[in-house]
This record gives sequence, structure tokens and C-alpha cells, in this order.
Amino acid sequence: MKKLTFKGGVHPEYHKEISLREPFRSAPLPKIAVIPLSQHIGAPNKAIVNKGDYVEEGQIVGESDSFVSAPVHSSVSGKVLDVKTAFHPALGPLLSVFVERDENKPSKEYAFTARNIEEISSRELVSEIRTAGIVGMGGAAFPTHVKLNVPDGKKIKTLIVNGAECEPYLTCDHTLMLRKTKEIFEGLKIVDRILHPKKIYIAIEDNKKPAFFAFQKIITGETGGISARIKTVLLKTKYPQGGEKQLIKAITGREVPPAALPLDIGVLVQNVGTLSAVYDAVYRDKPLIERIVTFSGDCLSAPGNYLVRVGTTVKEMLESGVVSLKRDPKKIIVGGPMMGIAEIGMDFPILKNTSGILFLSEKTAGSCEEDVCIRCAKCADVCPVNLVPTEIMKNVKKGYWDKAEELYVTDCMECGACAYICPARIPLVQYMKEGKLAVLKKKNQ
Amino acid sequence: MNQKKLTINMSPHVLSPVDTRYMMRAVIKALIPALLSGLYFFRMQALGVIAGAIGGCLLTEYVIQKTRREKIRINDYSALLTGILLAMVLPPSLPLWMAFLGGVFAISLGKEIFGGLGHNIFNPALLARAFLMAAFPVALTTWIKPISLDAVTTATPLGLEKFDHIITPPAALFFGQVGGSLGETSALALILGGVYLLYKKIVDYRIPAAYIGTVILLSMITQEGAPDKFAPAMFHVLAGGLLLGAIFMATDPVTSPVTAKGRWIFGAGCGVITMIIRWWGGLPEGVMYSILLMNAVTPLINKMARPKRFGARKAEK
Repeated sequence: MKKLTFKGGVHPEYHKEISLREPFRSAPLPKIAVIPLSQHIGAPNKAIVNKGDYVEEGQIVGESDSFVSAPVHSSVSGKVLDVKTAFHPALGPLLSVFVERDENKPSKEYAFTARNIEEISSRELVSEIRTAGIVGMGGAAFPTHVKLNVPDGKKIKTLIVNGAECEPYLTCDHTLMLRKTKEIFEGLKIVDRILHPKKIYIAIEDNKKPAFFAFQKIITGETGGISARIKTVLLKTKYPQGGEKQLIKAITGREVPPAALPLDIGVLVQNVGTLSAVYDAVYRDKPLIERIVTFSGDCLSAPGNYLVRVGTTVKEMLESGVVSLKRDPKKIIVGGPMMGIAEIGMDFPILKNTSGILFLSEKTAGSCEEDVCIRCAKCADVCPVNLVPTEIMKNVKKGYWDKAEELYVTDCMECGACAYICPARIPLVQYMKEGKLAVLKKKNQ
Repeated sequence: MNQKKLTINMSPHVLSPVDTRYMMRAVIKALIPALLSGLYFFRMQALGVIAGAIGGCLLTEYVIQKTRREKIRINDYSALLTGILLAMVLPPSLPLWMAFLGGVFAISLGKEIFGGLGHNIFNPALLARAFLMAAFPVALTTWIKPISLDAVTTATPLGLEKFDHIITPPAALFFGQVGGSLGETSALALILGGVYLLYKKIVDYRIPAAYIGTVILLSMITQEGAPDKFAPAMFHVLAGGLLLGAIFMATDPVTSPVTAKGRWIFGAGCGVITMIIRWWGGLPEGVMYSILLMNAVTPLINKMARPKRFGARKAEK
């Protein structure tokens, strides 16, 4: 079978097998859930509960009037201990709701209700998705209802289901695709009902063949109208294959223009986790309060995937013994090792878009001293958006922001392929980021 | 757990195992077959040249870095590699002290004067050879017969072709039993090294492909037009320093273009200049000058041959 891909990219060691040994397990409910009020890209939420209030599981605790926002729910029933600043793993200190779980109250059952989605309007479905607080679960956390609310005059012709999961170590999407194939497919049908695309692709890297065959099987058994428009496609295992622009390029051969959205060329990409959440919202009336998270790395004694409530802190995951360390980590990373964020501790919560928590030793994540550039141009060869990072780096070091802009530093998506491949160990992403910020600042003046 | 020990830095948090030292080591490994063939064909004479060139490079690197109070980096293999490459392009009969002087020149005026590793414009080994060529023209154009214990002089295949219209048979060129620079005679040994570098992804295929391809194309065209006057493509590829130059010299990362498009242009330019010198030049060989001249054009190529902006339409590059 033909394997699709994009130009450039790298082949890091994947280490996926270590967390994929068994199906995902449920983590215990947190004693205290720390729920940051904003877990999306867009307008910040306001707290709508106060200290001392009793909140139910699934009750909205933070929301905003702005359209580009997603409400946040309490993931447990219990008393609001406080509404105060807590450490958000990506944004730093952020207003959060602390809920002490009521141990006498059992967790809610989210029963399945049969519904004929063809009889529900798109508007109604989008509104249900918004109420459930669904955001892109692949990492970006962009509110899903905004993506599904296609502006007038635009039309989504191609819908791509992103099951690439190209980051090393992470297997949460793979596990989900194997265990919740049906749910993801039903979620896809809901999105299909909203957008009516001409073509639907389910895209999976070839190191996840079992997931690929699971979808093929389900499509073969499907008799509805969707079956004629849907296709499973195998992608070459390469980083960053799951990047939105790379995925679109691999499948459609088209490039999303700089500063444009996939929507502008009639394409929409949805992560498999997001589709599963859409299914839960529509058929089980369940808001986005838990997700599958990969706990992995060479410092963990039993790496694996866990169904974790949003707001459970990593510290509590360790204290409760769900996961345990076999040696001291050098780095704790939220997300994958290529684009994830290194944390200064463990006292931070799992969020809607937390795909993995990695505990890496010095051996696997040892940082190296920056050496001189030998102009080998490996960075340029692997850049998936055709930049020449070495030249941008040299201009950023000298503060030549105009030059950096001419070299399209703002096109950089910080995938890290250049810094990964650099034999001189130059932290290129850092220089790119510095250049991007300076150029944007200059533009806004 | 001691949280103070946690490292915070920007992603990515994993790195490729290939660092600069690894790359340099790989190129040295790839040169081993050619080194062995040089030692086999030219025996103790070759050993002296190799020792002289490497000694000159390492010592100069050490002395300069020491006097400039910089980090001593002779263990990064780059000076060693320059020394080996220099030895490869010198006549095996060259006196040791001249090879040593070449090494001193390569590192001092070829590399350190520009600011050290990564900053030089010209390939240091070739620049040193150009210097020796100007200073000691006779020693640099005296060639000995392979496996001759009493050092009988001979002409190189390119010299024979240019001045006597004798085409050396391909088999001799392929295995290396001909006169020439220490490391250039055996095409087989060089190809083995080239395959290793391509397989290990240490060098990009574009420069060697463009370089060798251009030479093949040009010699095929001229041979088609005047078969009596011009040598066949096979001869031009296997004879002289073309393979050594295309695989190991033109691919030097520091002095070749950083864009993929630029590398095609660079390789093709090397091919054209090489053939012009081989056809019309006073010297039989043009590989060294072709690469040095293209080194000089590299900054311009980097500026002109930019990759297409991702997502941009053709008109608005």
C-alpha cells in the first residue's frame, strides 16, 4: 500500500512500545482537582463558582461570553476549596478552581442515549459540542465548535481525521483508536453531519497498523452514505507527520499558505481524541472532564496509558502510586519530547490537551552544550516548511530582525526537527522563537 | 525526588545521536579505503606525506588555539580530517616537510584566520594544495609509479591524455594502479567511501550527483562531436581527482551551499569549471580550482537559491 508523506522531517527513536504494553487503565479520582479556568486558545474564562460552593461533577465552573472560548467543568463532585492561582503547565500561574472531592458521592454514569443525528440541526450539534467544553485534544486546544462553525462563503471539502501521533513516546491516540474505534467513528459521523465534506480521510502512521486495520474494518461494515466518501490512508512514520500543514500536504498534495488556515483551502483536520469527546458529548451527555494520558519515559517503572480526570495533578498520580519512579528524572515533560514543555516540578494538573507526561533521565534527555555551526544544512533539509534555520539563527543572534523576517521566521511552527538534527546542538527552536517574537513585536508597533 | 535537579530548556528534549564529532569521524572512516589504497600503491612515501600533513594541521590548530586562549578543540576530529584530506590530494613523492607546511597553511590561513571551524570560505585542504602548487610547482607535479620501490616517475592518466593522447584503460583507473595524488587513484576505494557517507546520511547526494553528472554530460556531448579529440565520459569520471573532489571535497559542509537548490548549482558549476580546465587549461586537472572557485561563489548561491516558501504560490516566492 502506498504510504503518504511530506518533504523533510526527522526519524527520532520512538519508544512507543514501552507505554503500549496493555490497554489503558483508569486512574483513581483526584482527592483535590485543580482546574485551570482557561484550557483553550482564545478569550479567558471567568470563574462562575465561589469558594465554599458545592459543585457537581460536570458542572461548569468557568466560562466566557466570547465565541472563541470553551467552558471548563468540574471533573469531580465536591466543595470548592478556593479559586486562586495555580501553576498551569504551559501558561504558568493561572486562576484555577480547587475542588475537594466528596468521597461519599459516586462518580456519574454517562449512559448512552440513542439519537438520530440526521434529525438534529448542525447548529444544535455545534452548541452541544461547545457546552461540553471540547477543544482540540492533539495539543493546540483550539475550541472545536469554532472550527466547526465554518464562516459563510467557505466550504469544507476535505475532512482529515488525524491519527498520525508522530511524537515519540506518546501512545494515547493509538490506544484510543484501538479501544474506542467505534466511538471515534460515531464522533466523525457527527462532524460529517455538521460539515458535509466531499471527502473524508482517516490518516494513520504505518507504525500503528492495528489502528489502521481497525478503522478499515469498521468502514467495510458501514452501509450509510458516509462509506462512499471515506478512506483510510497510511502515512509514513516520520516527524512531524501529524502537524496540520504536513498532514494536509501528505494527503491532498496542497500547501496551506503562510498565515492562512486549512479552512482557507477547504480542509479541516480533527484529532481522534477530539472526535471521541464529540461522541461522548452528543450521545452520552458527557463534558470533556477526562482523557487518556500517556505516562512514559525511562524513569517510570510501569509506563502506560491512563484515563485521567482533568485537574488531577501529576504529583497526586505519583503519590497515589498509580505510577512510580524508578530513578530521578532529569526532565519532566508535558506532551511529547519534540514539542513538549519541560516542567520545574510535578505540582501541575492534567488538562484537556495533555497528551502525555514524560519522565526522562539524563541519558535520554541530556542537554548538550551549543557548539559552532558547521553549515551542514541538515536543519534546512529537514525543515517541513522550507526554512533555512541556520541563517535565521545567525541573524537572530545579531538582532537583525528585518533579515529574520525576510527569511520567513514567522512561518516556523517550532516543530523542533532542526534542533533535533543539528550536529552542533544549537537550540534552534529557541532562536526561532526569539526571532518570531521580535518580528511580531516590531510589526505591532 | 530532588526537584532542583530538573532541567528546564526549550524543546526538543531528545537529540539525534549524530553530532559534529560523529560526522567528522564518519568522513574519516569513509576515507579509510582510499588511505589504504594510497599506502598500498605508494608505500612508505605515502606514509611520510600523511604524517606530515596531519602533523602540520594538528600542531597548528593547537598552537593557534592556545595563543588565542581559546578552547583547544583538536579532539573534534576536524583538524585531523583536514590533514587526511590534504594528504590525499598531494603527490606521494612530496617531501614530508612540504606536506607539513601545507598542513600549517591549511589550518592557519585556510581556517583559523576566518574564525575557526565553521567560518572559513575555502576548503582548507584545497587552499593549502593551491598554495603548495604555487610555491613548489615541480614537486607538486612529479608523480611516481605505483608499487615501484625505486620511485620511478610517471605521468598521471589525465597528463597522458592531455599531452600524449593516451587513454588509460578503465580497469587500471578503477582499481588505482596509476600515477596520481595519494588518495585519488583508486576509484573503487573512493566509491566505497562515498556509498558509506550516503548510506549514513553524512553527505547529501546532490553535490556529487550534480558534479559527476555534469562531467558525464559534457564529456558525452564533446565525445559525440569529436571522438578523436575528446576522451570518453568514463575516463573523465574515473581519472584524476574527480571522485575524490566530488565525494569528499565539494561536499565539505562549511564551504558548500546550505540550500538544496544551491547544492545542485554548486555541483554543476564545479563540473563545468573542471571540464573547461581539463579541455583547455595548461594543467591536466581542474578539480581543485573548480571547487575553490565555487567555494567563493557559495555565499552568493546561498542568497540566490532560496527554497520556495511553504504554501506560497509560484509568483510570490
